Amino acid sequence: MVEIPVLEARIRAGVPGITHLAIEDLTGGKDHFQAVVVSPAFATMSRVEQHQAVYRALGELMHGPVHALALKTYTPEAFAAR
Amino acid sequence: MDDALRTRITDLLEKNKVLLFMKGTKSFPQCGFSAQVVEVLKRTGAEFATVNILAEPDLRQGMKEYANWPTFPQLYVDGRFVGGCDIVTDMYQSGELQPVLERAGATKPAS
Repeated sequence: MVEIPVLEARIRAGVPGITHLAIEDLTGGKDHFQAVVVSPAFATMSRVEQHQAVYRALGELMHGPVHALALKTYTPEAFAAR
Repeated sequence: MDDALRTRITDLLEKNKVLLFMKGTKSFPQCGFSAQVVEVLKRTGAEFATVNILAEPDLRQGMKEYANWPTFPQLYVDGRFVGGCDIVTDMYQSGELQPVLERAGATKPAS
């Protein structure tokens, strides 16, 4: 189980320039989450690389404590154009 | 990861143009995310093979390292990692997935 502020801090520390970050606990069980991450740093990355950047930021939390993470990554432009 | 496991992985990727590493099987997915990608692939009409990583702990760990990706499902086309559930579903909805499968010769192009 992981608290949302812990996830937020990890993602903010690992992905530079975040302009929007929203994490939701999908089940209330503190192990199935959904995250929306917006950063201009994603502009030069493929979608796989964007998700890898978030996974890397979460590190060992992805190997056990977090069972599932539905992930949406956007550049600020793509986020505004949704 | 050891050489035998790495060889097994590259062998699997060489022999299957479209390969899904998933929890459960095509007929009996054991996770909602895996089930969703199976459903998407079925809708594309592509031929695809699956590996049940729940039955193979070595592969389960090995694929996390191979793709630098901590979760399943993982979709590979022509040996290249395409993405997990979120990316594959997005690509299907935006029409990007079909051309990738067609280029790999896994599906008949629309006539």
